[in-house]
Amino acid sequence: MDSQNQAKVGVRRTVIRTVAVLVGMFGFAFALVPLYDVFCRITGINGKVDATAQSIVHEEVDESRYINVQFITRGSAGLPWQMSVEMRQMSVHPGQMAEVDFTFTNNSRSENWGRAVPSVSPSSATPYLRKISCFCFQEQLLQGGERLTIPLVFQLARDLPKDINTITLVYTLYPVEHAIQSASFNNTLNNSSQSDLKNYLKNNKAAGETI
Amino acid sequence: MAPNMPPQPPLQHSTTAVADGQSHGHTAPPKGILRWLLTTNHKEIGSLYLIFSLTMFFIGGIFALVVRAELFQPGLQLVEPEFFNQMTTMHGLIMVFAAVMPAFTGLANWMIPLQIGAPDMALPRLNNFSFWLLPVAFTLLLSTLFMPGGGPNFGWTFYAPLSTTYAPPSTTFFILALHIAGISSILGAINIIATILNMRAPGMRLMDMPLFVWTWLITAFLLIAVMPVLAGVITMMLMDINFGTSFFDAAGGGDPVLFQHLFWFFGHPEVYIMILPAFGIVSAIIPTFARKPLFGYASMVYATAAIALLSFLVWAHHMFVVGLPLVAELFFMYSTMLIAVPTGVKVFNWVTTLFRGSISFESPMLFALAFVVLFTIGGFSGLMLAIAPADFQYHDTYFVVAHFHYVLVPGAIFAIMAGVYYWLPKWTGHYPNERLAQWHFWFSIIGVNLTFFPMHFAGLAGMPRRIPDYALQFADFNLLSSIGAFFFGASQLLFVLVVILCVRGGKKAPAKAWEGAVDLEWTVPSPAPLHTFETPPVFHRTSH
Repeated sequence: MDSQNQAKVGVRRTVIRTVAVLVGMFGFAFALVPLYDVFCRITGINGKVDATAQSIVHEEVDESRYINVQFITRGSAGLPWQMSVEMRQMSVHPGQMAEVDFTFTNNSRSENWGRAVPSVSPSSATPYLRKISCFCFQEQLLQGGERLTIPLVFQLARDLPKDINTITLVYTLYPVEHAIQSASFNNTLNNSSQSDLKNYLKNNKAAGETI
Repeated sequence: MAPNMPPQPPLQHSTTAVADGQSHGHTAPPKGILRWLLTTNHKEIGSLYLIFSLTMFFIGGIFALVVRAELFQPGLQLVEPEFFNQMTTMHGLIMVFAAVMPAFTGLANWMIPLQIGAPDMALPRLNNFSFWLLPVAFTLLLSTLFMPGGGPNFGWTFYAPLSTTYAPPSTTFFILALHIAGISSILGAINIIATILNMRAPGMRLMDMPLFVWTWLITAFLLIAVMPVLAGVITMMLMDINFGTSFFDAAGGGDPVLFQHLFWFFGHPEVYIMILPAFGIVSAIIPTFARKPLFGYASMVYATAAIALLSFLVWAHHMFVVGLPLVAELFFMYSTMLIAVPTGVKVFNWVTTLFRGSISFESPMLFALAFVVLFTIGGFSGLMLAIAPADFQYHDTYFVVAHFHYVLVPGAIFAIMAGVYYWLPKWTGHYPNERLAQWHFWFSIIGVNLTFFPMHFAGLAGMPRRIPDYALQFADFNLLSSIGAFFFGASQLLFVLVVILCVRGGKKAPAKAWEGAVDLEWTVPSPAPLHTFETPPVFHRTSH
């Protein structure tokens, strides 16, 4: 009897411990979602960029090298929009401010919300890409047949690794089912950097050149 | 496969009562179907698991034959591409979750208490529950084939967004079925751990346990660790589909690649869940028929544990082409190759056990030897796939299909069949018909190689997997594969015949059915009575 009772206590202990591990692992699976996000953001793996505007860093332009920046736009099933870019690629110096126009066209008759989700390749370039103004920070509302041109303003950090010569920016359009916020393009730029940016652009136009 | 049951009267107390420490009388056990529905006996539940698994093996096999029939020649002949996708998906899901895993759980139920000298599993009623969840889960899963929009069609790996945004409406049922099957596996694993840790015969240390028990203990820990992750992933899918979340939807800020990370964090340990118990079975059979103790018992235990630990660090080798940074590709490439070391230790130990043994080639031994050779081939093609730069070429081709079928069919399934032939005398009291079993072996080994060996070449030449049509230059390889598949499938009917004949009669087996067998299960009579080891046996340490 004694050994049987001992076994009974042991079984109970084992069950409690294994159930604790189970619950822990189930929680761990969900914890991985934010952890993965944080990990990708810190390391820049996966081409995830900050979804907030960054301010311009005034630093000397590295004129010794040109970086080829390519733009790719992709539509999406379920959103009758077209997205095009003014030029497919441009050459910029690290530290230089650059601006490129993207055009959104709503081909349908109804108004829809859409969002362009960015991705950077190679992913190791992600931390060196500063977006000062981007349509990708917010959702867009286009009326039926409306056409809208929005600039992307960005700067490559001066300390961009030497082995990176080409950076590809991919924007994929996705439909947004519920309007979470009524975004308009005036508040795309955060207020502190807005005037700063306008001045800067006035002085340093001719940022990119078409190739 | 049910043991020849003694007449009803000897069932004076159920095992539940014994486990509760009560030995007074109990009402007579129910008869007929209720007896099987309510049984808490580890042997009966083990038989139920094995019968269920065999049934599902044939259902999954029929799905595979639909696939092979369509691929018999180029072009679309028999089925619609949509249905083809459902067949590849269901074949994978059924074989993994309903055939291989329950077969091992069934063997564990039958043999672990007998091998450690326990009267039953630690939690007999939970044991009953975890079995009866399975028919529910897989009836639900199979029923999706008849739903509007069809069953799951996104491959057994159910990558998002194929399984979320673009999935058929039945996917919610698929998720529910997988949840139920997962709960069943988890409960089974808890039971096995509790049994092994607490109910060994007095004097049996952990390092005295037979290797089948050891490998199952480690497998059960893997199950406890990763099945909740699978449950988490499919819960996220469920929420993405039904509740508007965006875990895997880039439009809402989610990430489809996250799905693959989570899935393979479960999925890679899962493939070891399907092979570690096979290592245990083979480690029991080879010493028996070589009439030598197993070479390197301790190293076998440590190698199994090492494989289990490493399995948590290699998951992204399934994802070399998603755009991992170079550092990650290197890390996962080297960690994957590292697994070849403990696996090599195991193969070395098996071969060394055979060295200068007095080998005889009964059917369990034939299957075990085929396991060693063919599993090693599967291991080598795995090493080729582990090379990240080469994997860019091999990824999603028939080379991958050939690889994992070599480790799962002549790996896991041959080991299960070896185990069945090995333990049938203990279960039924009769030897299986050796002549028929040998025919089954030779048909199987020809069928397996004819089916899967040409897939290596088709894959290296670039034939993509999961596509119902293919370019003309792959026609000959596919013709061979399809002939082999039908040959292999038909020869498995022979297995059913051998098992049925063995249950009904045959040469009487003594308690120690095989001359070289040493473990505790061979000390109880054949067939094993319904209740064994009600007083713990005296364990004599053999030299491991």
